[in-house]
Amino acid sequence: MGFILISLIILIGITSYFLGNLRAKNLRTSNKKNLKSLSHYYGYYVALWAVVPALLVLLMITSFKSFFIEQYVLSDFIALGSYTETELSLLFTQIENTAMGIKLFDENTILIDGAVNKLNYINKTIENLTYVTVLGFSGLLVLYSVFNINHKLNSRKIVEKFLLVLYFTCSLVAIMTTVGIIFSLLYETLRFFSQVPITDFLFGLNWSPQRVFVREAGDLDTRDLANAFGAVPLFAGTFLIALIAMCVSVPVGLLTAIYMSEYASPKVRDWAKPIIEILAGIPTVVYGFFAALTVAPLVRDIGQGAGLTVSSESALAAGFVMGIMIIPFISSLSDDVIKSVPQSLREGSYAMGATKRETIVKVLLPAALPGIVGSFLLAVSRAIGETMIVVMAAGLNAKLTANPLDAATTITTQIVVILIGDQEFDSPKTQSAFALGLTLFVVTLALNFIALQVVKKYTERYD
Amino acid sequence: MTDRIEQRINSLNKRLNSEKRFRIYCIGAMSFALAWVLILFLNIFSSGYSAFYRTVIQVDVPFLNLIEDTTQFSEMSSEDINNLSMYSFSKKAIYRLFPDIEEKKDKKMLIRLFSIEFEQEIREFLKSNKSNINETETIYLTASDDVDQVNKGNYPRDLDEDKRRIKDIQLLFFDDLVDRGLVSYEFNLPFLMRGDSREPELAGVGGSMVGSLFTILVVLILSFPIGIFAAIYLEEFAPKNRVTDFIEININNLAAVPSIVFGLLGLGIILNTFGLPRSTPLVGGIVLSLMTLPTIIIATRASLRAVPPSIREGALAVGATKMQAVMHHVVPVAMPGALTGTIIGLAQALGETAPLLLIGMVAFVVDVPQTPLDASASLPVQVYLWSESAERGYVEKTSATIMMLLGFLILMNLAAVLIRRKFETKW
Repeated sequence: MGFILISLIILIGITSYFLGNLRAKNLRTSNKKNLKSLSHYYGYYVALWAVVPALLVLLMITSFKSFFIEQYVLSDFIALGSYTETELSLLFTQIENTAMGIKLFDENTILIDGAVNKLNYINKTIENLTYVTVLGFSGLLVLYSVFNINHKLNSRKIVEKFLLVLYFTCSLVAIMTTVGIIFSLLYETLRFFSQVPITDFLFGLNWSPQRVFVREAGDLDTRDLANAFGAVPLFAGTFLIALIAMCVSVPVGLLTAIYMSEYASPKVRDWAKPIIEILAGIPTVVYGFFAALTVAPLVRDIGQGAGLTVSSESALAAGFVMGIMIIPFISSLSDDVIKSVPQSLREGSYAMGATKRETIVKVLLPAALPGIVGSFLLAVSRAIGETMIVVMAAGLNAKLTANPLDAATTITTQIVVILIGDQEFDSPKTQSAFALGLTLFVVTLALNFIALQVVKKYTERYD
Repeated sequence: MTDRIEQRINSLNKRLNSEKRFRIYCIGAMSFALAWVLILFLNIFSSGYSAFYRTVIQVDVPFLNLIEDTTQFSEMSSEDINNLSMYSFSKKAIYRLFPDIEEKKDKKMLIRLFSIEFEQEIREFLKSNKSNINETETIYLTASDDVDQVNKGNYPRDLDEDKRRIKDIQLLFFDDLVDRGLVSYEFNLPFLMRGDSREPELAGVGGSMVGSLFTILVVLILSFPIGIFAAIYLEEFAPKNRVTDFIEININNLAAVPSIVFGLLGLGIILNTFGLPRSTPLVGGIVLSLMTLPTIIIATRASLRAVPPSIREGALAVGATKMQAVMHHVVPVAMPGALTGTIIGLAQALGETAPLLLIGMVAFVVDVPQTPLDASASLPVQVYLWSESAERGYVEKTSATIMMLLGFLILMNLAAVLIRRKFETKW
């Protein structure tokens, strides 16, 4: 229904554009008086009146519709007074299913049959009403605005004002997203911390939310809660894997950047740079698959050959592959920074008889250090927030370990493990995922902020 | 005197050697990075290409046993054919491959060489060719996953029998069929058309491809206009004040937020507060649009900034309003850059998995979705789902899915590069 209605509204909009245009042209020829704007601005003016309010009304109706329908259909049951909220919503689902011809329950009482009829009736009525209201509203406004056109009306100003407001609203989406993120994370996190003390979460050494899940949420013991949500193993695992990733990506990325900016001929550069940047464009799920199926068995075989016990999902494999993924972040950022060191510094160093290596290590790198450190910090924040590689290749069980050959789990992995599939809301287990999410959000933001500050504060200005 | 010269030469040699070494380290690092691109692609391609063809076994089906006169089929409607009881008939047709096996167990093993939908396949053949069915027709039936993998050489035949999913007797049957020339390959069209399945030989990426398509469409419809309008506002109209600064800080921060946090946002706000339907491309698209918006805004702003002020001023000088100058003259010039940014953002959204896991787009969906409001998976989620499955057949399917995903990404990036090359104006 929505699709047809929206198409109709758009159709009305297009017609009304021509209506407004025509009306303006007529006014111009019949009155010999000039209008304040070009004719087509009157067309836009009428079209805006036709489309925008109608869409807003449609949006309002669709958002309040379901609540209204539920109240109406369940009115008989509510009148009985013997049902709780959850039972009522269950009942409503059941009625909806019956209306669609799916019978899940045998107890098809007269009351439910009646409700099904009511549901069908109200759905039909509301649909018709929506059509009439929205289209009628749109039509009325078209008439109003067409007759509103006269030589005093400056439609260009109105249309431009509207566009400006529209543009401004669009730019507010960024703020609304941030607010939405903070709100959704904070809301669930606060509810979580009302059940589990924040100190237990930040400093507890045991992470086993599954244990809480098997019990009924009603008779949870506070001692259980205290022991199940210690996030330190997750922090440690995240740190370990990020560290391994950085051990791979920092030397490779930095040396690659140095080669690209100082040694490589333009031809090599033109070829190699895009190829390395492919690494940044590959979806992370591909790296995850690669880590789990190719690198992890390889690491295990090599480890066993050396007489070590390696678990099949090792932190090393996940961290190594993550390191490869991060190489282009470090190499291209550092490359830009090194290249932006003024040529005079290089030439000064060569003039003193320094070799290329000495120039790079003793002059260029110190000069470019803030930018390079900034790129490292951004890479770390990438590594911490990375999800798919660790979900697929690192372990799922939280265990406090510093051994890279052991399985380790991360913050992101646990969020996915907890929230994948069906969740039971209002359980501390689900809420703990949001607390982890908030931690992640805060840490990555802090890293980015620090990176920015480092670059801003310590970058030397040469001009 | 000579001592000092020797010392100098030694130290110079040392410095030159360390210069050489350093250069080699640098080349080594770069080759390491390049090598992994190659390894990754080779690894995926070598394990994935075989999913694009499948093993079929040729079976002669004596339709005369089903009906007295095969011309009668042409008068039957599809429904009549659906109502025909064909199970034991289809089994008997398969038994005819080896007329001399008597034991029930062996017969069962023979049947297991084929996919479980053999009856359905015969029925489909009958439906599509009902007007000219001969007494006996040759039909190519899909082999089971185990046979498929053995035939492609992906499965080790020399394991102990009890460690193998395919039994010795089945291998005997299979080898005999190969000798008789009844086993062949054909292009795996069902893989591209069908939805997910619990049987690897019947599973396809069609469903998740359509799911991805819907998701990307939603992202395009939402983030393209919003992103471009926001960029126009910030670059051309925004006054220098706190609100503008705040918006800019927000956009830059959002670009750095881990994708999984957007999944939490989708779960907490879009699903639980607004109550939009779970597992659907619509919700996935909304979440991914929020994620790609910063990319699009930043790219569009950069290309708006690159438009020389003379264009703006020229328009203003001949009496255009600010809005007219921007919309008629600046934005069209900046459009190639905005499009490039949008395509790159869409490519990012296409490859994104983590937020989709949280909003339930990991459902096992057999049907190909028809609208953005049907539950579905997307290509990267399909990769994740299949990589968790134990059956061997899913490995090549996963790699093949990745190949398609990478193919789409390469196409999109190529389009972005071409647009930039073709339409970008140099000033």
